[in-house]
Amino acid sequence: MLVNEKVAIEHGLKTDEYKKICELLKRVPNLTELGIFSAMWNEHCSYKSSRLHLKKLPTKGKKVIQGPGENAGVIDIEDGDAIVFKIESHNHPSFIEPYQGAATGVGGIMRDVFTMGARPIANLNSIHFGSTQHKKTKNLLRGVVHGIGGYGNCMGVPTIAGQTSFDRSYNGNILVNAMTLGLVKKNRIFYSKAAGLNKPVIYVGSKTGRDGIHGASMASASFDEKIEEKKPTVQVGDPFTEKLLLEACLELMAGDSIIAIQDMGAAGLTSSSIEMASKGNLGIEINLNKVPCRETKMTPYEIMLSESQERMLIVLENGKEDSAKKIFDKWNLDFSIIGKTTDSKNIELFFDNKQVANIPVNTLVENSPMYDRKWKKAKAPKKNKFKKEVYNELKVQDVLRKILSNPNICSKEWIWQQYDHTVMGDTIQKPGGDSGVVRVHGTNKAVAASVDSSAVYCWAHPLTGGKQIVAESWRNLISVGATPIAITNCLNFGSPENEDNMGEFVECVQGIGEASSYLDFPVVSGNVSFYNQTKEVGIKPTPSIGGVGLIKDYKKMMTMDFKEIDNLVLVIGKTEGHIDQSIFARTILDEKNGPPPEVNLFNEKNNGKSLLDLIEKGLVKSAHDISLGGLIVALSKMCIKGNKGIELNKPKNMINEIEYLFAEDQGRYIIEINPKNLKEVKKILTDNSIYHQELGVIIDKEMIINKKTKVTIDELKSYNTNWLTEYMSY
Amino acid sequence: MKSSVITFPGSNCDRDMDVALNKFGFKNKMVWHDDNELPKSDLVVLPGGFSYGDYLRCGSMASKSKIMHSVINFAKSGGLVMGICNGFQILVETGLVPGVLLRNKYLEFICKNVFIKLANKENTYFKNLDKDVLEFHIAHNEGNYFCSIDQLKEIEDNNQIAIHYCDDKGQTEEQFNPNGSIRNIAGIFNKEKNVLGMMPHPERMVDQSLSGEDGSIFFKNLINNMK
Repeated sequence: MLVNEKVAIEHGLKTDEYKKICELLKRVPNLTELGIFSAMWNEHCSYKSSRLHLKKLPTKGKKVIQGPGENAGVIDIEDGDAIVFKIESHNHPSFIEPYQGAATGVGGIMRDVFTMGARPIANLNSIHFGSTQHKKTKNLLRGVVHGIGGYGNCMGVPTIAGQTSFDRSYNGNILVNAMTLGLVKKNRIFYSKAAGLNKPVIYVGSKTGRDGIHGASMASASFDEKIEEKKPTVQVGDPFTEKLLLEACLELMAGDSIIAIQDMGAAGLTSSSIEMASKGNLGIEINLNKVPCRETKMTPYEIMLSESQERMLIVLENGKEDSAKKIFDKWNLDFSIIGKTTDSKNIELFFDNKQVANIPVNTLVENSPMYDRKWKKAKAPKKNKFKKEVYNELKVQDVLRKILSNPNICSKEWIWQQYDHTVMGDTIQKPGGDSGVVRVHGTNKAVAASVDSSAVYCWAHPLTGGKQIVAESWRNLISVGATPIAITNCLNFGSPENEDNMGEFVECVQGIGEASSYLDFPVVSGNVSFYNQTKEVGIKPTPSIGGVGLIKDYKKMMTMDFKEIDNLVLVIGKTEGHIDQSIFARTILDEKNGPPPEVNLFNEKNNGKSLLDLIEKGLVKSAHDISLGGLIVALSKMCIKGNKGIELNKPKNMINEIEYLFAEDQGRYIIEINPKNLKEVKKILTDNSIYHQELGVIIDKEMIINKKTKVTIDELKSYNTNWLTEYMSY
Repeated sequence: MKSSVITFPGSNCDRDMDVALNKFGFKNKMVWHDDNELPKSDLVVLPGGFSYGDYLRCGSMASKSKIMHSVINFAKSGGLVMGICNGFQILVETGLVPGVLLRNKYLEFICKNVFIKLANKENTYFKNLDKDVLEFHIAHNEGNYFCSIDQLKEIEDNNQIAIHYCDDKGQTEEQFNPNGSIRNIAGIFNKEKNVLGMMPHPERMVDQSLSGEDGSIFFKNLINNMK
């Protein structure tokens, strides 16, 4: 096929981008070369719309071993141990083919982690679906959950936490973000930077097929009515082969034969070979006839652009080929020497003894386009004035029932029961808590991880929303007694070519940056997913934050279940009564406008650190942060999990009971303490100038609110636990 | 006591089992599926996981592995062989224990704690246990035990049912059956009771900080019975 502007546009390139390619090459590219450019220059791989803004995120810190730019971020958890982690989106494929889309999302993120030499020890996910009334939602949810479970369970990596939400804005574009944590010795981390000339370039893993060709390009465009035609661009997962690949790679990594290693993810062999060459400032020469293919008569174009899963590219030390091959033979995986590193600084491809592509590596990477897209600053929404008479007509119990069974609040047990969350024998906090927690195998340490997003807040005011998710991630880690260390982010937005969407992106990123910088909670890895939109309608801005923290002594881990009758319950942080954008305002009052709750980073830091101090001193029996649904929802969950009740008396202050119970003010936690420690706890909180109030006492199996409202724990449970199961049973 | 845990391609509870066995005093060896001979063992464990991806039929490919000749001979000569989860599926495929394991009734993977009632204590695995009901953990997609009526009668006549799913009080009503197994069967012996296949994972219940400690009770009792 002859290459011209029309063909380039069909590849998703813009006219000026095509012109730039011709200028850089000083000639017209052939079809294979054009395919390579389109794969490297699409939004998904090049970050051309986001790079400029991502640069502003804080990425350094005392505990950061590796920030963004590698396969995943790496943090120090002391004693020579490190945690490798990252979150990544697989949104577009999951909408087209939910099982395979979600499964390969999980497979891809695990490969990113074990490419660096780490054994995956925990998976998390953040999944978002359209309205529960929408005809596709059930099938998409079922397919995605089966896909995540199908892959993660087979790999034998526990899925320890997650987040699920439903919102109309995802009707045409669901979100599937998968996160993996891996454990590695600090001095055994592997990177993707090639080094040395004439080093063998090795292909290992599954064979290359025609699946997933142009997957990354598909993920860089909006959906339209022809979406069904895109099914062939979805990759097909084989978790069994990935399990073998994991074991084989870790076995090879125990020796000293690897110079560089990179998984073949988005844009397959193209991006993996080019990234390794680019980081090493080298050239690379590949004989495509040597690439193991699953199908016959695959062309160079197809081989280079296939996104077949479970494949790795390795630059080996000379002379190590035979010993490396033995390992892959043992695990029944393909092992093929497909090329070598060169000093040409070009990527040179050969097929049937002919050169089929020759492109300077820097044109694909450094010279890739970068855009300063136009964006609009979001206006600060006006606060609503809610009439007290409206509140007076409401019965607390009715509101509580509706909110606890709201799809975005209800128990997600139907989902996480389908994920193996206990394999590997170190899961000490299962899904359903504030964070999932796994022990660092064979030590007294444990790692906590949480994944959070607040699309509604981000939509209402992106800057505040961006700060809020980081703060929430921080609180979720603190609530289990973990010291927050770093985050990974998955930035899911609409089209960057739309000024409003781009504005949401820019301001969310600014908010994330401000909060992570203030809380010393740097961003070490991440991924951007634009074009989550169908025709002109984009999703609500949905950045997901994956936070990771360390518990030095796992026996001090905190859980949220109420422990003992007669213990006292306190709330840390001030309740101002912020109702705008709360679940209460949106579902009970049907008021969708107004600003999200403000985020006071000073209070977040102070409250969080003080709570950690209380936990460290052994003064706290249970803890839970207050988030969606407000104080009463948080208390309900503590009651349900502990199978205990509470006699709650609203402290005497100005605000209305409804506002007190359902407001979503930030920076708050509920804690349970033994009455004998009240004085000491109050002293520590007062000394740190922390606003706190006594809420009540733990009692047996009933929640009594201000002496009037009485709900049994069994009723609370039925409100909270049944909705999703009933919804999903046909 | 010497134990061997077989690692098949796709096994993923092999390490967990190794940890548990060592914790309770076994000297455990990991054995590769492609080996010819079992090392000298008092107990052989087929661990959980997804051997060969469970692509053909759970346990089917693994049951034909090289090492399985040795394992089958060991079992036939009276050696203790325990298959957990995928290991149970493999045992079923070898014919060492009767029946088959179908997909769970609700067609979904289930990961949760369950209670099991011991049906038979006249064997090395459960002899001398004080408790009749234990809390174990399940994590499987194909644990729906099935066999023909004739087979069931034979199994019952020979006291081959090892454990039933139940509630915390030991009631074995259908509502406490997580996967649709016939008679709430969670585990089965061979006729001689030296081979045990069960879906629940005792190795995930060996630590106060994990799901519970009833697995510890099981392993401690097992090694004592073997002495």
